[in-house]
Amino acid sequence: MPAVRLMPTQESADLIELTRSIADKELRPHVAAAERSHAFPRETFATLGRAGLLSLPYPEEYGGGGQPYEVYLQVLEEIASAWAAVGVGTSVHALSCFGLFHAGTAEQKERWLPDMLGGELLGAYCLSEAHAGSDPAAMRTRAVRDGGEYVITGAKAWTTHGGAADFYKVMARTSDDGGRGISCFLVPADSPGLTADAPEDKMGLMSSVTATMVFDSVRVPAERRLGAEGQGLPIALAGLDSGRLGIAAVATGVAQAALDAAVAYARERESFGRPVIEHQGLAFLLADMAAAVESARATYLFAARLRDAGRPFSRQASVAKLTATDNAMRVTTDAVQVLGGAGYTKDFPVERYMRETKVMQIFEGTNQIQRLVISRDLARG
Amino acid sequence: MTTLNIVVCVKQVPDTAVERTLTPEGTLDRESPDGLINELDEYAIEEGLKIAEAHGGEVTILSMGPAKAADSVRKALSMGADKAVHVLDDGLAGSDALATSAALAAALTRVGFDLVILGSESTDARTGVVPAMLAERLGVPQLTLAATVEVSGAGVTIHRLTEDGYAVVTGSLPAVVSVVEKINEPRYPTFKGIMAAKKKPVRTLTLADLAVDTGAVGLAGAATGIADWAARPPRTAGVVVKDEGDGGSQVAGFLAERKFI
Repeated sequence: MPAVRLMPTQESADLIELTRSIADKELRPHVAAAERSHAFPRETFATLGRAGLLSLPYPEEYGGGGQPYEVYLQVLEEIASAWAAVGVGTSVHALSCFGLFHAGTAEQKERWLPDMLGGELLGAYCLSEAHAGSDPAAMRTRAVRDGGEYVITGAKAWTTHGGAADFYKVMARTSDDGGRGISCFLVPADSPGLTADAPEDKMGLMSSVTATMVFDSVRVPAERRLGAEGQGLPIALAGLDSGRLGIAAVATGVAQAALDAAVAYARERESFGRPVIEHQGLAFLLADMAAAVESARATYLFAARLRDAGRPFSRQASVAKLTATDNAMRVTTDAVQVLGGAGYTKDFPVERYMRETKVMQIFEGTNQIQRLVISRDLARG
Repeated sequence: MTTLNIVVCVKQVPDTAVERTLTPEGTLDRESPDGLINELDEYAIEEGLKIAEAHGGEVTILSMGPAKAADSVRKALSMGADKAVHVLDDGLAGSDALATSAALAAALTRVGFDLVILGSESTDARTGVVPAMLAERLGVPQLTLAATVEVSGAGVTIHRLTEDGYAVVTGSLPAVVSVVEKINEPRYPTFKGIMAAKKKPVRTLTLADLAVDTGAVGLAGAATGIADWAARPPRTAGVVVKDEGDGGSQVAGFLAERKFI
């Protein structure tokens, strides 16, 4: 059953319809096989790009869709409910363009943003390192100025689209001044010295490639630095607020898919002579799952509307990420329970939903970090 | 000819994925289920757009239907058509194929055309006769069941799908062409297309605008009627074939009896 949505405009309602139709014809038929064979769906991203779905939250003057986050996130949710890895990839791509849009000069934006938003290119971003995840200020990758260039050396872990992307938003240290010594660079994938390690062997999101990117004296023209030297961490963190909303929407989409699968099964499957949905034990479990999905959606939409109105939304973005991913973990786990033994097999998609959701409590800031952001905001009063 | 004036006829039909019901008059209930573009009409739109892109030309969407058909008209425009004409009149409700062709022919005469493209049938009524009726009423060649369409100069050539292959059929323009789903892969609208669609002109024409006699259309003008109808009988249990050495031939016999093989 498709999610009930209240869209702000006719065009955004048409956009949801377009997304559902692409999801039904291009995503759902292929997700199971791609997850089994670990096949990265590059052509699927091209299809989304051609339809204009990879650039929705950016202004039309740079080739974007000019859509508010309230609309973009619901499109993202629909994509993720059909194929979580593609939903995550769409969010990562949007975030990889954010640094240039947010911190780039007018000249930099005019030069690179239209191509990045044009739908043909796919982006990635490099923030974490093996020893610096929740504490990015501890990063060691260095960018050393050499005339008109920077020379970047180091390794960036957990890069979604690592080795498959066309460009990388990279955070690297330009001085030893802790969190104030980091700068942001836009690095083309074909830069000499830039390579991807073997992809991580993950628990879920098998069709998305995650790899450590190795920078071996990668020379990047100084004009590709975004913002001032030392401004890299604030740029990264500003992007993360928006990225967290993306992950909240993705998690909600996966939870919706799990709920739909569980309800369909519970209406069909009989025990003791009745469909199992008529047994209160399971019926109430399903009711709680529906409440969890719809409250997650309401929570991320509220944060999105704050963002669209130009108001501070950092705390609400963390609340949305925390709520939506924790709810999705519970909903997908309970969906396996509803399907019983069948749910534990790979004949049904719910075990996959459960595996896919786990990482959403971890990436884009662990849910412990989200609590830190929320509580610090409360402490500030 | 400098630019082709291509008109694609689009019908909004009830979603085939949901249960469809009849009104007390015996006509299809078009109000309650979601309306979608008839699937074959999407192929017709795609073919119209491809011909316009290749030869230069303009694609006009022509749809006859209730107010909610405007949603399907807008979707056709978001795929890339240039403008649309919506024939909207309460007097059209209950029109059969003959009455529909009368209204569409009147609209086409008003709008003008070099090439009319339609899906070869709709998923609701499935009569598949409107393209031929339209061509007769307009006095132009009909090229139906096209699996390919080639426009060259003042002529059009199709591969007409037959049971065992295809026939090559050529006609002069203006002409009416109906297409089958083999012909192409309809494009998705794009988000830019959605945004552009709301600015494209949609003309609404009534029966009075078209000078069509109300007695010639609608239930009153229908030459066919529903005498009786019944719900499809519920699905019965299947046949279980026990393999005792002859399972294969039993299955083959079952399929042959139903003319599947």
